Amino acid sequence: MSSLSTIDLVRSLPEVYLAAAICLVLLFDLFVAGERVARTATLTLLVLVAGAALTLYGTTPGTRILAYGGLYVADDVSRLLKVAAFLFTALTLFYGNGYLKRRGLMRGEFYVLTLSALLGVLVLASATNLLTVYVGIELLSLSLYGIVAFDRDNGIAAEAGMKYFVLGAIASGMLLYGMSLLYGVTGTLDLAQLSTQLTQSPGVGLIMGITFVVAAVAFKFGATPFHMWVPDVYQGAPVASSMLVATVPKLASFALAFRLLAEGLTQQSAEWSAMLAILAVLSVIAGNIIAIAQANILRMLAYSAIANVGFVLFGFVVASATGYEAALYYTLAYVLMTVAAFGAVLAMSRDGFEATRLDDYKGLSRRDPLLAGIIAVVMFSTAGIPPFVGFWAKLRVILALLDGDQLWIAIVAVLASVIGAYYYLRVVWLMYFDPPGERPGPSQALALRVVLALNALAILLLGIAPGGLLDMVQRAIPGG
Amino acid sequence: MNNTLGWPILSVLVWLPIAGGVLVMALGQSRANLARWLALLISVAALVLSLVMYQHFDGATADFQLLERLPWIAPFHADYYLGVDGIAVPLILLTTFMTIPVVIMSWNSVSDRVPQYLAAFLVMEGLMIGVFAAMDALLFYFFWEAMLIPMFLIIGIWGGPRRIYATIKFFLYTFLGSVFMLVALVYMVLKTQDYSIGAFQNLPLTLLEQRWIFLAFLAAFAVKVPMWPVHTWLPDAHVEAPTGGSVILAAIMLKMGGYGLLRFSLPIAPDAAQELSGLVILLSLIAVVYIGFVALVQQDMKKLIAYSSIAHMGFVTLGAVLAWRIVASTGSTAGVAMGLDGAMVQMISHGLISGAMFLCVGVLYDRVHSRQIADYGGVVNTMPIFAAFAVLFAMANSGLPGTSGFVGEFLVILAAFKANFWYAALAGLTLILGAAYTLWMVKRVIFGAVANDKVAELKDVDARELLVLAVLALSVLALGLYPAPLLDTMRGSIEHLTQQILATKLPLP
Repeated sequence: MSSLSTIDLVRSLPEVYLAAAICLVLLFDLFVAGERVARTATLTLLVLVAGAALTLYGTTPGTRILAYGGLYVADDVSRLLKVAAFLFTALTLFYGNGYLKRRGLMRGEFYVLTLSALLGVLVLASATNLLTVYVGIELLSLSLYGIVAFDRDNGIAAEAGMKYFVLGAIASGMLLYGMSLLYGVTGTLDLAQLSTQLTQSPGVGLIMGITFVVAAVAFKFGATPFHMWVPDVYQGAPVASSMLVATVPKLASFALAFRLLAEGLTQQSAEWSAMLAILAVLSVIAGNIIAIAQANILRMLAYSAIANVGFVLFGFVVASATGYEAALYYTLAYVLMTVAAFGAVLAMSRDGFEATRLDDYKGLSRRDPLLAGIIAVVMFSTAGIPPFVGFWAKLRVILALLDGDQLWIAIVAVLASVIGAYYYLRVVWLMYFDPPGERPGPSQALALRVVLALNALAILLLGIAPGGLLDMVQRAIPGG
Repeated sequence: MNNTLGWPILSVLVWLPIAGGVLVMALGQSRANLARWLALLISVAALVLSLVMYQHFDGATADFQLLERLPWIAPFHADYYLGVDGIAVPLILLTTFMTIPVVIMSWNSVSDRVPQYLAAFLVMEGLMIGVFAAMDALLFYFFWEAMLIPMFLIIGIWGGPRRIYATIKFFLYTFLGSVFMLVALVYMVLKTQDYSIGAFQNLPLTLLEQRWIFLAFLAAFAVKVPMWPVHTWLPDAHVEAPTGGSVILAAIMLKMGGYGLLRFSLPIAPDAAQELSGLVILLSLIAVVYIGFVALVQQDMKKLIAYSSIAHMGFVTLGAVLAWRIVASTGSTAGVAMGLDGAMVQMISHGLISGAMFLCVGVLYDRVHSRQIADYGGVVNTMPIFAAFAVLFAMANSGLPGTSGFVGEFLVILAAFKANFWYAALAGLTLILGAAYTLWMVKRVIFGAVANDKVAELKDVDARELLVLAVLALSVLALGLYPAPLLDTMRGSIEHLTQQILATKLPLP
């Protein structure tokens, strides 16, 4: 392995930039502590937007460049994931700022932790070696534990953080154990070498290794039966933290599965795809059915996340370029919708009041037609109804499933989405069909509302003209 | 590209009402009256445009006309592809025609969130035209599903006491049926790499594939028609929906099921359709006879008309699948087109009549706020003009010769007679049953002595209501007395469809 060189630093420009920016924000925060902490928030947003621009224009599309002696790759998938990660992180922070301020949580550490979680996502997106994968996932996870437990005086949030940490540590352990088995079988940590060397028929060691890796991937995704942490974290953590857990790390989970399974264990796709098929089917069924029983919108979104993760995994079940495209497209669409859903929950909350019960949304269409309209768009989209982007995401996955001759899984998928439609529609019915009653009105912060409206508009426009994003995803996945 | 007009009239027909709907909604409740006038203007403009479309349409050929094709989603091979044939044109005319009464009647019956109400109907009008004009299967599905959203909101926001139950049931039922169609469409696109409906119709399929595809489509279309036993959402939806919602639901949305059968199921899977036509015939006859009896015992006027709709739509599905039976029993293809003609005429006629009857119920409901038959009696004494129209529409609903209700049923029964005497005999029962439930309702509501104070205080129809009812009455009579223009429009397409149905897609043994 060659020593660190300048050329490597240039090739990993987004990560190097972000690491430097984290130091900058950390230092900056020292000088603006107290009342002026909002400046740190603004600086972080600028850092993120600049990072997206830097990734977009500082890297060349259509190339695949290795760096750090083969530990790191800059290719089209990582490029797309990184730009999306920068932008979605900026969006979540933008939505969360007002909330953090009201809850007295607006401290510089929150932004630093968010940025370091993002750095974990970026590293993971570019990982071509088991070690890089592990470094990325730990950087992301450890930062997220801190973000979830950020409201440290709040017992529920601390409990959520603890739960997330303990279960997450077990998952990391499983991942590490699985990786060590893979290393034991092949003698290499490099994913490309793994895929070329693992051609023999799978032995016990390999199967064990794959099983542990799949279980860890399922945990990071929050797929059934490794989903137990999801509802508690979504509900227990401060809403701004839940939003971070619910959105950007989904991109990382995609990267984790894509790098490990699709690129590393390419030859063993029959094994892991059968395992994922079971996990995915369980997730869409359990997630959609349990979500119906929820009275708390965050828990509902948590079970909805579990169900949607099932759809992402369906893409991996197909184990072909068209399947990975479907998974990536679904992930991007899902994050776009989820960030809007959480943004709306945040827009509903005011001083000392968090609109986390579904009943808080009753009659919203009369109290605040714009916000109700935004939430309705998100709900119809997540339910998979045209003309919204969620429909194309579901269609893309079904297309991939049928292309991979998985007719029965496709039928399970569509039936599950019909069940899922019920609880998304229930939010619409609470907002539009029920009388408002005595409830506090939502916050009227103008900037938040404008950006939320643009977010909803993006969901609609990507639904009417989905070609561009589909095409981008198609070009990002090699062999697509 | 075959577009004799030189400008994209179908796109304008689809998007003008949708854009207009957004505009109307932007006006806000404080300018409700302006919103009504604007909505009226837009819906009249859509009707005029559809008449222009009709003017430029040549019914003699089966070709799709007024084509527009633009690339839409390149990675999916899906195009923004619009065009009309003789099956789509009458249904588009019906759509633009029936939206106007809904807008006009909103003056009297809707006061809550008026702009949103009108916007929902205008958006739905555009989407429904899109369903009939789409020649790309993905575009078709896009409009077909998107249409659920405005209807869901219309029933849920402006509906009756059990509106939430009704609208959720409506949505989930339809959605459940539709997703099977989606799977079938995706299955076919993977074989053709082309989403155009024409490509699907020419796609060779094995009998097994056809069977599954036919059943998947049937799941979607049977719910929409609705056919027994997946009809139970319709009475609930009709009873709870506001008048306008019921009118659009009965007049147009149900027709989409019949349209889908003619456009997708039969041409794409003709061999499976032949094999499974017995099932469809059975379900249709159950709808005609059993649902006819169910209608007889209803106490709620809207529910009665809803069940009557199911029975009448039974004729559409019956007429659509008679072809092979006719060929088998008579040895010639002579009566095949008659069954298909009958199905189409029945769709248009039922659209007019059921829409008119729901409007009549709406007129009464606006005054008395009850739909129960028992709350009325002797309405003719206080509302003589209204009573005249109500009786006319009731007669049309029972299939009186001279009204449009007669033509469609008569054609289908004739075709059924060629297929099998018993089909015709059972279908013919509708003439008795339809007359029984409709006229009995009319007798109890319209005739007799004035039943109570509320009926005694009734005021007859005002100018707006009179205009709407009169125009509908004229069109019901016109179609009944002189159906030739409609039949001429469809001629080429029906002939082509007949060939498609009777051709086999299987390799010769």
